[in-house]
Amino acid sequence: MRGCVRLSRRIALGLALALAGATARADAPPERPPARVVSINLCTDQLAMMLAAPGQLVSVSDLAADPHSSAMAREARAYRINHARAEEVYLLDPDLVLAGSYSDPATVGMLRRLGLRVVQFDTARSLADTRDRIARMARVLGREAAGAALVARFDARLAALRSGDTRHDAALYHPNGYSLGAGTLSDDILRAAGFENVARTLGLRGGGTVALERLVMAAPDLLIRARPLPGASRSEAVMTHPALAALTARTAGLRITSPDWLCGTPHILDAVETLVTAREALE
Amino acid sequence: MKPLALSLTALTAALVLASLSVGPAGIGARDGLAALVLGGDGPEPLVMREIRLPRALLGVMIGSSLGLAGAALQGYLRNPLAEPGLIGVSGSAALGAVLAIHTGLAAAYTLALPVAALAGAGIGVLLILMLAGPRGGSITLILAGIAISALAAALTSLVLNLSPNPYAASEIVFWMMGSLADRSMTHVWLALPLMLAGGLALLTLGRGLDALTLGEDAAEAMGLRLARLRLTLVLGTAAMVGAGVAVAGAIGFVGLVVPHLLRPLVGARPSRLLWASALGGAAMVLAADIAVRLVLPERDLKLGVLTAIVGAPLFLHLIYKTRRGEA
Repeated sequence: MRGCVRLSRRIALGLALALAGATARADAPPERPPARVVSINLCTDQLAMMLAAPGQLVSVSDLAADPHSSAMAREARAYRINHARAEEVYLLDPDLVLAGSYSDPATVGMLRRLGLRVVQFDTARSLADTRDRIARMARVLGREAAGAALVARFDARLAALRSGDTRHDAALYHPNGYSLGAGTLSDDILRAAGFENVARTLGLRGGGTVALERLVMAAPDLLIRARPLPGASRSEAVMTHPALAALTARTAGLRITSPDWLCGTPHILDAVETLVTAREALE
Repeated sequence: MKPLALSLTALTAALVLASLSVGPAGIGARDGLAALVLGGDGPEPLVMREIRLPRALLGVMIGSSLGLAGAALQGYLRNPLAEPGLIGVSGSAALGAVLAIHTGLAAAYTLALPVAALAGAGIGVLLILMLAGPRGGSITLILAGIAISALAAALTSLVLNLSPNPYAASEIVFWMMGSLADRSMTHVWLALPLMLAGGLALLTLGRGLDALTLGEDAAEAMGLRLARLRLTLVLGTAAMVGAGVAVAGAIGFVGLVVPHLLRPLVGARPSRLLWASALGGAAMVLAADIAVRLVLPERDLKLGVLTAIVGAPLFLHLIYKTRRGEA
């Protein structure tokens, strides 16, 4: 019994050390660029597909191939699909695994215990974060030149799109009344396109629900809703609520394909461009 | 009897007004009611008529359904533990509703949703009557209820997990605990006809249930047609519970708490308990729905959570009392 306790404590200690070691060396530039990269997170999937050298990226996650979540579903078909499970990732024999900071800690811990190098990317919460993630992905993959070119294109396109105009306000309204307030990528996208974010004005920080009543009272100039997903759900029923229908009759409504908004990749500029077009239509 | 009816009606009316006045939009009670009645421009009439009014109406409708169904089941089974949620009727109704939604039937035919929930609830009631019957003891009733609830909950979860829609699986808690958030007048019109029919059917059972208190033989000697009473009970309960669950999920314990509190006030006569429980149930669900909006306004706290916190201790107490009575 005591041996058991001691053993488990030793495992925990070893794990902690391994984790600390892993984080410390995660960003250190490897001597050689990784040759077999596996990504298990939707956002790292897309950044890696954009930046990896031919043959460098071996596998992306199943979400990357799902057109409802991924802005690059077609590109993802060229890769092997994984389901972010430690066993299958290990069998792909990667020398680098790309994960998100919210990837299942059990999976990430297991991969590190198996001796794999795992680099975790934090969620991008702004356009500036997005530049940073592109540059970091390029560094991790040893593709600095490609990364610098992509960041330069990103900056140029953003500068062309960005507007100082904030005479209009817009609200994002997703199933279950979910919206995105201050400190989110969506908020930054809205503001780059020249909209005031209603959820931010109502005091929402991060993601959360906005009561339908408050949305109706705020009467935004533009209401952005997600497209319905396949199959039925009660969560999406609020999107057909008569009060929301009455609201869209008065304000401009926009249905978006959400994949562009989900990840900090250059695709968010497609979202900005859609919004700029919508704003110009309001004037 | 009359003072009780008056005070319950007054309580329900006051709670309806409170329900209409509570909400995150910050509309004053007087302005809100004026906008509700008189209409006008601006967003206030929209909020009052399309968001708050259906919520208050559904609170009344679902509460009275659950109270009435609970009182009727308890009268027929002569057991204070019979409650639509506890004995699996609400759970079976939820299974019917989920099947209708996720097979696409509900989208194709408007009435498919409440009718499927009614069918589910009807099967649940029939199973309970078969397994526990009028002569079965409390233990049989509760065990049968647990089995039916567990099976219905498992199948509901299975259907939701199999759905291609990513939101479906997270809705398991809605179907188990119930909520009135973001419902519209569409849901009111969907549930109302079945609830009215079921309510009228159950209210006719008063005299029969009174006679049953003397025992089945005595009741039949007095001219009671037991088979017909049972059929009316099954159909009435299934219609009321099914329609409610179809639009607001399964809300438990209302049909247990309300008849229990009101039974001493009506002289323990089932016929009087029926309408009193309908009024009391409306008051309880309205109060619970006001509370979820005041306690955690942003989180859509489920109604069933509150009713269970109130109802489960009472349920334990009743089991304890019943056990002592049987020993």
